[in-house]
Amino acid sequence: MTEPVISVRDLRVEFVTRKGILRAIDGVSFDIMPGEVLGVVGESGAGKSVTGSAIIGLIEPPGRIAGGEIRLHGQRIDNLDPESLRRIRGRKIAMIFQDPLTSLNPLYRVGEQLVETILTHTDLGPAAARARAIELLNEVGIPAPERRIDGYPHEFSGGMRQRVVIALALCAEPDFIVADEPTTALDVSVQAQIIALIRKLCRERGTAVMLVTHDMGVIAETADRVAVMYAGRVAEIGPVRDVVKHPLHPYAKGLMGAIPTLEAEADRLVQIPGSMPRLSNIPQGCAFNPRCDRVFDRCRVERPDPDIPRFGLEGEAPLMPGHRVACHLYTRNPVENAS
Amino acid sequence: MMAQTKPSETFVEVRDLKRVFDVSRPWLNRVIERQPKAFLKAVDGLSFDIRRGETFALVGESGSGKSTVARMAVGLLPVTAGSVLIDGVSMTDVKDSQTRQQLRKRIQMIFQDPYASLNPRWRVERIIAEPIHAFGLLKGEQVTARVGELLTLVGLHPDDGRKYPHEFSGGQRQRIAIARALASSAEFIVCDEPTSALDVSVQAQILNLMRDLQKEFGLTYLFISHNLAVVRHMADRIGVMYLGRLVEISEGKRLFSAPRHPYTRMLLDAVPDLGMTGRQRQMVAGEIPNPINPPSGCTFHPRCPLANERCKREPPAMLDGVACHAVQEGRVS
Repeated sequence: MTEPVISVRDLRVEFVTRKGILRAIDGVSFDIMPGEVLGVVGESGAGKSVTGSAIIGLIEPPGRIAGGEIRLHGQRIDNLDPESLRRIRGRKIAMIFQDPLTSLNPLYRVGEQLVETILTHTDLGPAAARARAIELLNEVGIPAPERRIDGYPHEFSGGMRQRVVIALALCAEPDFIVADEPTTALDVSVQAQIIALIRKLCRERGTAVMLVTHDMGVIAETADRVAVMYAGRVAEIGPVRDVVKHPLHPYAKGLMGAIPTLEAEADRLVQIPGSMPRLSNIPQGCAFNPRCDRVFDRCRVERPDPDIPRFGLEGEAPLMPGHRVACHLYTRNPVENAS
Repeated sequence: MMAQTKPSETFVEVRDLKRVFDVSRPWLNRVIERQPKAFLKAVDGLSFDIRRGETFALVGESGSGKSTVARMAVGLLPVTAGSVLIDGVSMTDVKDSQTRQQLRKRIQMIFQDPYASLNPRWRVERIIAEPIHAFGLLKGEQVTARVGELLTLVGLHPDDGRKYPHEFSGGQRQRIAIARALASSAEFIVCDEPTSALDVSVQAQILNLMRDLQKEFGLTYLFISHNLAVVRHMADRIGVMYLGRLVEISEGKRLFSAPRHPYTRMLLDAVPDLGMTGRQRQMVAGEIPNPINPPSGCTFHPRCPLANERCKREPPAMLDGVACHAVQEGRVS
């Protein structure tokens, strides 16, 4: 069996504020294999982006990693000093941000930014670095790269800029890329091109990708596995097809039903009552219990962890391997569930 | 409640609407650098009708001119040419200015960003009562009662009127914006991306609410969105925009089952959807061109797989709901 590229165990991230300690991430665990795309979905405030930032070591005070482990190829990276972390970042782990305009320096030519990154992270000389930059731009689908390499970011359109950012992330051939809402700022026709590009790179280079987005459509198409987050915890994780088609967690079910699709005939969308709790006010037990229509006593007291469902609910599809859900409904006796 | 004039089948009539923005450099630069004036045709000859009580949606990518149409429809932006008639009254003609004043209270708008469209220094009750005061509809105690009624209608509590906008979440703020739009008993509501700033579960709540209100009050919506799935869920009829022109107008569901214009097909192919897991898609080439210097003829021709010489020369006219030479010549099924 292959080793996971990234392995996150029981990660906890806290923010110290005047009103007390807010726990943004509370016990998140997952692995990502080489060449695999793990989609992370959830609504704003679910902790998707914070998870990404924690892995890449970008949590800044007042935030802190309060517990858990992050391993890259089996080696812990969450407790490294800033200097060693800086060496890993960019070379082993890269990040693609939402807004391509802010992640490029507007005062430098695209080529200069690429070459600088290549020189920092590899042994190539200046001339070879430039050749490599052109090669990368070509790979991400920028036409006439030998000419475009001398352009400034403002001379590129949104989609082209995001391609440059992806090229920048690929400079040092990282093993792991965190892509935080990479297509949110783009139009649909361009979005599809970027998704296809990320998929292709994954397949060809065996790069592991953590794709953070709130767009289930993007996840459904890009990811191999998906983790649904709610209030800083993983509610459900599993192969993308299972989670999208047969979600188990009541929140995931509601979420999938709430999304208008191009196919389904629905007069009304599924509505989850209420909204996500604030971090300062996360309910005891299962964080979803006040909004859940299948809540029972245990949910209000005991917090469920993502686990292999022991019992299926009646009338549901058979459970798939690797599908885990944090819900007491699936560990309780089926006879009780029926009642 | 509503000042009913003659009930007509067509409620909103947009004819040959144009809007040109002057995007020239400053005068001095133009003189020194010998540059000509530059114009951007944001909307270029748009015509459509909206029937009473229906939802008409405009979709398109950014820069296609959707929002410009919305703002012209409510009179927030003067038109360059063409006309907007709402219930027979022109929004553009000076002669109609008296009747237009009457018309104003029947038209409202819901904006994209509920964080920007509500005054943060006003209490919610004042925000919602603003249209009531502006049109002098009610006085004193009646206003408070009406505000409470409106808040209940959109799923909030009458006591929420005492709070400030910052005390509400995005979805609740959008509910407040809807309550404000309903305050003057508006009949025609222009919604410019009303849910694109919201999370999906909240989006579902707002879309359901908008549908319920439409049924209850017989509202007519002009619904602007870039999200095709949302549009499919909401709209009775849909117009697809590309670079300031309508390329296709179709009954809601038919646009998705039988798209005709090559651009519509491309858009539908490109949308990532829940049903798409593991599906291989047709790749789309290119991006929306610069509207300051749009391509000649049919503006879609550089990206169109069916383009020929005629498409490069001649802009296609809207015929039978689609503006495409290839479709009209029968080159495509």
